[in-house]
Amino acid sequence: MAMINMIGTELKNLFSKPATRKQEKEYPENTRGHVVNDMDVCVFCGACMMRCPSRAITVDRNAKTWTIHPMSCIQCRACVDNCPKKCLSMEKRFTEPGPEKLAITCHQTEKARLAEEAMKKAAAEKAAAALKAKQEAEAKAKAEAEA
Amino acid sequence: MAAKSVIPFGPQHPVLPEPIHLDLVMEDEHVVEAIPSIGFVHRGLEKLVEKKDFQEMVYVAERICGICSLGHGLGYCDAVEHLMDLEIPERAKFLRVIWSEMSRIHSHLLWLGLLADAFGFESLHMQAWRIREQVLDMFEESTGGRVIFSVMKIGGQRRDVPQDMLKSFLERFERMEEEVKVIARTFMDDAAVQSRLKGIGVLSADQAEALGCTGPFLRASGVARDIRSTGYSAYGDVHVEPITGTVGDSYARCDVRIREIFQSFEIIREAVGKIPEGPVEVPVKGFPSGEYMTRIEQPRGEALYYVKANGKKFIERMRVRTPTFANLPGLVEMLKGCELADVPILILTIDPCISCTER
Repeated sequence: MAMINMIGTELKNLFSKPATRKQEKEYPENTRGHVVNDMDVCVFCGACMMRCPSRAITVDRNAKTWTIHPMSCIQCRACVDNCPKKCLSMEKRFTEPGPEKLAITCHQTEKARLAEEAMKKAAAEKAAAALKAKQEAEAKAKAEAEA
Repeated sequence: MAAKSVIPFGPQHPVLPEPIHLDLVMEDEHVVEAIPSIGFVHRGLEKLVEKKDFQEMVYVAERICGICSLGHGLGYCDAVEHLMDLEIPERAKFLRVIWSEMSRIHSHLLWLGLLADAFGFESLHMQAWRIREQVLDMFEESTGGRVIFSVMKIGGQRRDVPQDMLKSFLERFERMEEEVKVIARTFMDDAAVQSRLKGIGVLSADQAEALGCTGPFLRASGVARDIRSTGYSAYGDVHVEPITGTVGDSYARCDVRIREIFQSFEIIREAVGKIPEGPVEVPVKGFPSGEYMTRIEQPRGEALYYVKANGKKFIERMRVRTPTFANLPGLVEMLKGCELADVPILILTIDPCISCTER
């Protein structure tokens, strides 16, 4: 009885399309494939390095580089969730298989460098202005005390 | 009396997905005694608590096993949440139940496929795994991973599932249920399948209980013990009745697991109907302190998590007792007196996960 049941399924399988998928399948939106970094936005704060459970990410603040070891990465998404600038994201595709242990190093882009310089300049101007204001206030206070 | 001989079985064997070694003491075609030995894939995960802080350990706990990844994460998070007196939101609890039951469906379908393969019914094996694939797709859509989900976190869940996605899952489970019914009939009614399963490896209720067996293996012998009925997570809010068999042979174990698949469909339906709106996580402050032991029901049986912490970033001791470890004495007992040709199927009927066992 059950065999007849199974024969029906088998016949259906013979004449239907394969249940297996092609390699280039449609990944759902949430798939954790691999981590990528938008180097235009990254400020090398090192939060991802601190939170990576497998220590796959290295950030060098002085050299302005962000390095990931894809073979150590466990695709847990901890770095993406803890990134303050939201420059890290997960791509859907998995990393390519390869014969050697890779280390992908990303350097600071020209745009990010200019943005950082502008930010530094703005910060310096702000600090100078604050210093000037403080000095003026002190001078004023001194003058008032003398008078 | 025939002379005794010893046949080594495993750690590599076509039916064994994972390495366990058994020395089978044989008398003609019958097994007199089975001596198990494990330790081929020990990874020292419990020792890692000294190197990974208590939040990073969630990722380690999830990687204890590939099939019950969600359960391990849940058990560890549950224990640490109790230590820190965290009350996680209701929605997170319901999501944990829904994902746990999805894990149970895919684990049991995987087991059914392996069983069909072990008794040589290859197309049935393919059918079971084809159906299982749909659950993995749903996991990928809702969590982002097919095998390792990485959604557990101390204090709730790392991501929410939109309500319309849950609704679409229900429709897909409806269709899946029809497909499972077709293969369930073949497993239960087929004469060839019955000849391989009925009356093989009988373990009585007394024996199963005395040897400390757990999960479907214990329930097939007629002991109604299911940790889900203690009501951890949101299991207190859904209807869970332990499913039991009576005979305690391989056929009863297969029957219990098939009925549990249908029960899981029911639980998911109920949980999706009752799931409240709201946040899925609470902020975590401070470090855990004290000791706690939590028990959860994984697809393979009862798993136990012990966590001891002393208010520091790193947990002092973590211990995991997995269902397969508890079921090994039962396996050794039921192997006595069986025929050599039945040994592979009998090992499969406890649903062994050796990587879990050795951690």
